[in-house]
Amino acid sequence: MAAGRAVATLTRLLRVGGGTVLPGRVARWLCPQALEVLSSSLEPVVLVSGTNGKTTTARLVARALEIAGLRTVHNRAGANLHAGLLASLVVASDLRGRPRAQAGVFEVDEATLPSVLPILRPRVLVLTNLFRDQLDRYAEVERVAEAWRHALKRLPPSAAVCYPADDPQVAEVAQQAPVGVPFGIEDASAGRDTLEEAADVRYCYRCGVPYRYTVAFLSHAGHYACPVCGWARPRPSVRAEEVQLRGAAGSGVRLAWDGESVTVQTSLPGLYNVYNVLAAAAACHALGLPARALREAVESTRPAFGRGERLAWDGVAVQILLVKNPAGFNEALRLVVLERPRSLLVAINDRTADGKDPSWLWDVDFEGLCDLEAHVTASGLRAEELALRLKYAGWPEEALTVERDLARALRIARQRTPPGGVLFCLPTYTALLELRQILSRWGVAPPFWED
Amino acid sequence: MELVLVHLFPDLLNLYGDRGNLIALRERARRRGIRVTVRQVRLEEPLPRDGDLFLVGGGEDRQQTLVAQALRGSTGQLRSAAQSGAVVFAVCGGYQLLGHAYRTAEGQELSGVGLLDVVTEHPGHNTRRLVGDVVATCTVPGVGELVGFENHGGRTRLGPGARPLATVRVGFGNNGEDGTEGAWCGTVFGTYLHGPVLPKNPRFADYLLRLALRRRYGDVHLQSLDDRAEEAAHAAAAARARVPR
Repeated sequence: MAAGRAVATLTRLLRVGGGTVLPGRVARWLCPQALEVLSSSLEPVVLVSGTNGKTTTARLVARALEIAGLRTVHNRAGANLHAGLLASLVVASDLRGRPRAQAGVFEVDEATLPSVLPILRPRVLVLTNLFRDQLDRYAEVERVAEAWRHALKRLPPSAAVCYPADDPQVAEVAQQAPVGVPFGIEDASAGRDTLEEAADVRYCYRCGVPYRYTVAFLSHAGHYACPVCGWARPRPSVRAEEVQLRGAAGSGVRLAWDGESVTVQTSLPGLYNVYNVLAAAAACHALGLPARALREAVESTRPAFGRGERLAWDGVAVQILLVKNPAGFNEALRLVVLERPRSLLVAINDRTADGKDPSWLWDVDFEGLCDLEAHVTASGLRAEELALRLKYAGWPEEALTVERDLARALRIARQRTPPGGVLFCLPTYTALLELRQILSRWGVAPPFWED
Repeated sequence: MELVLVHLFPDLLNLYGDRGNLIALRERARRRGIRVTVRQVRLEEPLPRDGDLFLVGGGEDRQQTLVAQALRGSTGQLRSAAQSGAVVFAVCGGYQLLGHAYRTAEGQELSGVGLLDVVTEHPGHNTRRLVGDVVATCTVPGVGELVGFENHGGRTRLGPGARPLATVRVGFGNNGEDGTEGAWCGTVFGTYLHGPVLPKNPRFADYLLRLALRRRYGDVHLQSLDDRAEEAAHAAAAARARVPR
């Protein structure tokens, strides 16, 4: 345990600043088994993985565990690769390398999941969804699904896998799980009857023929069946039976399982957050937590860093929605269209964490934005690509400013916002970090590790 | 003037923003007062006979098998369309299937349409994927520099009947070895460039439009457009390609 002690000592030294990854890198260098050693006393461990909704779902589950009386360690800043997971454990451990917590909730990058599953041995694994994301890194959605399929087969028989019944690919993959807890939206009035452009998995894994949908909620998530082999959406055991969407103000959801029913109000905006609440409900159900803990957790959770939080800035509100793939971007645009702001800042970067190839912008339905009377400020390292996409979507040239520098772009967008109005900011991941830094320098937002 | 754009298997080969190619061709034709019709062809559907330009996108490996089957059923139609002067433009997975054959990572041999004298082989999942920005010099007269983003496991080699579409300055290209990118022959074009390639390379888009119009209208003059936004996006992509990241 010498290494473990060294790790813990280093922890204290390294707890300066907001470093959410560095302590993990150091610990792993000193002791390659550090993740296994530090997590071994945690019970239960909950892992959350998927393309979208990891951060919010993990926060909801961690909060519910705390409310139920369990001290919980959680990588809440969203650092979700091996080093980030380890860093959260190191920071939460005492000098002898023992975590000062009982339970652990970790969001895990979807490509990293197969390698940490055998180490962290979760009691509950929550799979949120699989959408097309950074293909320069993950290669293809199907390969992530294939890696998950193999990883799930090796789970211990007691592990429960909460999965979206509405996502045909994840639902099919989850059939490999020892125990499955499917969750889904039953309320068809929250959906649409056609699939949007960004939908990417629409062909039956077994037969290769297109699924038939009776309702589509979000990208390819909906009620589907294969006309050939009959494989269809599993009946969810945790259900959203009634959904009331109130735009940027959040939603009301009536949740039901096992004859129990609870209505929760969430300030997390949009249908994608209804899925996050539902995923957290499934995890709580699998953990045997009382419905009260879930409701309190949902109702006391404000939108996370860049996930729809509203900041007050000198007489206007700033609402930040992280965009990282076509499915999430389309949901953000849907919210924006409901709120009808006069000014919109979109910041597209192309660093590793954003996806180096911004071509996914061409799969976003910007065409639906065009009846909005607003000014768009295009920013980020690929501001010009965004401007070109908007031009081909029919966005008027006079309603667009291209300003690569984010601080200057923010000032322009702020000037375009009427007093009392809302400025919507849609940044990719590294642009979000930058945006937060600028806003905190100007005294508008706290630094992110305090979030 | 009229132009019929045919989008092959849009629900299968829609990876990576390639519908931006369709949007670019459609909008650039419309801005010149050309009446554009877009026909989407799904699996098992016959190809329209009046198509002037056929677009084939890229897909994932699993879809590649489905598309290979579907394309084989349309080989005759696609071949006679190309022979009559229609343009065929294919990206990545679609490009591979325009060749004679494609060997998948699992060693499965898929026969292609054979419209381009190229052969593609995927050396297996444990080999390096060719991923990253591309800057290349196009061999098509008047097009100049092409920018895009490649992401492929397959390695394509050209036979004597195909010309490289471009020579690579930044990036891997067809196979990461011979410095070539894409292939063309007459009115048939294949490329590994996503990005999508046509919006940011407007001279290439216009070249394809002129070629597609030639079938019905002979040599036409396309009026020039305000391409400042296109050139700015092109320049930004080219500049990013030269920064190691």
